[in-house]
Amino acid sequence: MPPIADSILIALLLTNFFILGTANLRAAIRGVAIQGLLLGTLPLFVESQPTLRLVTLVVATAAIKGVVIPGLLLKALRDVHIRHEVEPYLGFVASLFLCAIGTALALLFADHLPLAATDRAGLFVPASLATLFAGFLGLTTRRKAISQVTGYLVLENGIYVFGLLLYQAMVVEVGVLLDLLVGIFIMGIVINHIQREFSSLDTERLSRLRE
Amino acid sequence: MALYLVLVPLLGALAVFLLPTDRRRPWIVAAVAAVHLTLSASTIALRGIDAPGSTWLQFDALGRLVLIVVSTLFFVCALYCIGYLRLRAGRPNRVFCTALLCFLGMTSLVALARHLMILWVAMEATTLATALLLYFNHNRRSLEATWKYLIIGSVGIALALLGTLFLAYGARLGLGEPTLEFSDLVARAARLPAPWVRTAFVFLLVGYGTKMGLAPLHTWKPDAYGEAPGVVGALLAGGMTTCAFLALLRVYRIVDAAGQGQFARELLVFFGLLSMATAAAFMVGQRDFKRLLAYSSVEHMGILVLGIGIGGAGIFAALLHLINNALTKGVLFLAAGNIHRAFKSKRLEDVTGAMRRLPVSAGLFTAGFFAITGSPPFGPFVSELLVLNAAMGARRYAVAALYLILLAVIFIGMGSTVLAVVQGIPPEDSEGRSFRESAFKTIPIAGTLALVLMLGLWIPDWVSTLLHDAARLLGGS
Repeated sequence: MPPIADSILIALLLTNFFILGTANLRAAIRGVAIQGLLLGTLPLFVESQPTLRLVTLVVATAAIKGVVIPGLLLKALRDVHIRHEVEPYLGFVASLFLCAIGTALALLFADHLPLAATDRAGLFVPASLATLFAGFLGLTTRRKAISQVTGYLVLENGIYVFGLLLYQAMVVEVGVLLDLLVGIFIMGIVINHIQREFSSLDTERLSRLRE
Repeated sequence: MALYLVLVPLLGALAVFLLPTDRRRPWIVAAVAAVHLTLSASTIALRGIDAPGSTWLQFDALGRLVLIVVSTLFFVCALYCIGYLRLRAGRPNRVFCTALLCFLGMTSLVALARHLMILWVAMEATTLATALLLYFNHNRRSLEATWKYLIIGSVGIALALLGTLFLAYGARLGLGEPTLEFSDLVARAARLPAPWVRTAFVFLLVGYGTKMGLAPLHTWKPDAYGEAPGVVGALLAGGMTTCAFLALLRVYRIVDAAGQGQFARELLVFFGLLSMATAAAFMVGQRDFKRLLAYSSVEHMGILVLGIGIGGAGIFAALLHLINNALTKGVLFLAAGNIHRAFKSKRLEDVTGAMRRLPVSAGLFTAGFFAITGSPPFGPFVSELLVLNAAMGARRYAVAALYLILLAVIFIGMGSTVLAVVQGIPPEDSEGRSFRESAFKTIPIAGTLALVLMLGLWIPDWVSTLLHDAARLLGGS
């Protein structure tokens, strides 16, 4: 694994912190976009032959994760005139602290798993687990529907990184195509309806159904 | 053959989507359901002549079992839908009917998949189809339920994907190639590295467990089942959860073959009892009879995984319970749907005396209640007793005792709510008085109840053969 791949993965980890630490929704979505673009470069390090599949994967990943979905989210943000504060349940400092702990645990855990010699040297496994954890944190500790979606995207990015280790098995595409495109698309529609019905994207107001 | 089971519903979905009028769509859905049921039944009659070669889609006893159960339930629901959608004639049903048939196609794909990735894609597609079904009423509450279902379901499905990838990574390390075909993985499971197998199982259990609605991952269930039309509740509680359970069983088989069966079974017993306990806690004093059914579904998912967790004879018991639970849930949700429609409410404050206003539906609802809580002579009595026997046989007395106590608590809790619904005098000024129990809204339910009753008295030979074959696949007896 060339050292530049590790630099990109470290940049990915830093964007996790950025996304969790920013108070501005627009900035968080931009963070997700940067993360998507970073992910787009990663397939280049697991496959050296410039096959059609590799090119498609790189372009599609960067386009979908880096441009289209963040674009849709930003558009949603513009169209529904919501305030740009993130409004977390959990404070920013606490989120960052938990994210740091999660990253450290991911490094430790990945160290205990049996890995192929080539993966042992690189950061793919710990970066994947740490990103997954950061996404989960974002998903569970944010109030607005739109920031829950950014959290989910980060979570999926973590899975994507792991999927790259199995490049030969053609599993990365499944994650990108199906889950991202369709899942987020439908979520987008639902958000749209939430906005129409509630005139706010606050999931806190989605609290009629409880025990 | 395998492909037709998936293609027929999908083509039907296309047809209903293109059809311009609302009135005929439910009939097409029912026709497709009938064809699907015929095809599913013939796969059982013609077993042994499956075309070999397709490594991705194939029948085995377990797949056939789930297929016939889901297909039967869907057929019943499709018939019911004819009456239901006539009642809701003011609401466009294009998306609803299309989503129904997509759901059927995708559940068939889950049953047939011989590759973990196809299984996952099919589960994901089922999630999307059911989200559309849940949102049928297009109001605030159904929107909230759909949002919760989608967010929680998407996280579950994402974790299941990660678990699948972990297993593939284990295969890459242990077998030299990241294969995800069941037969391949099972055959060479001994060489899979244990840490990856265990981690993968935990993620897959959490992922598919979320789709099943095992506690503590069940939180979408009461909202979704509470807000969905009764027929969607029936399909979710009897169809989708059954498919998710099948996905878990596929994974369990690999994990067991890899020598980690004990680890997996302990987790399953834990989640099974936890689900039953959670359900019991929320069922006692429940004031909303559709949410009550949702918690009952949590309970029965718990019984299913508990049976597998006990192992041995428990596997046969769990598989028999899979049939019983799916069919009985059909009875309960469809009957509850009628009561909900007639009273325009699902809270005990507004709903009493259902027996007087809707003698047939309320009677079926009550019978369904006795069936699902394990009263003789219905099917669930037999399977729940077999789970108990298996626990005693495996000398797990503490598990058996807890199981019995929880069943008793649930019987009492569920009984008080159900009796409050059916007994008493109906309120005078109710706007739903015009509701009539038409043939389409009652006969399918009565037919399903007859099946549940039959399974309690006599299990046909072919069912028993199928169950034994399926149990053997999972290392049971």
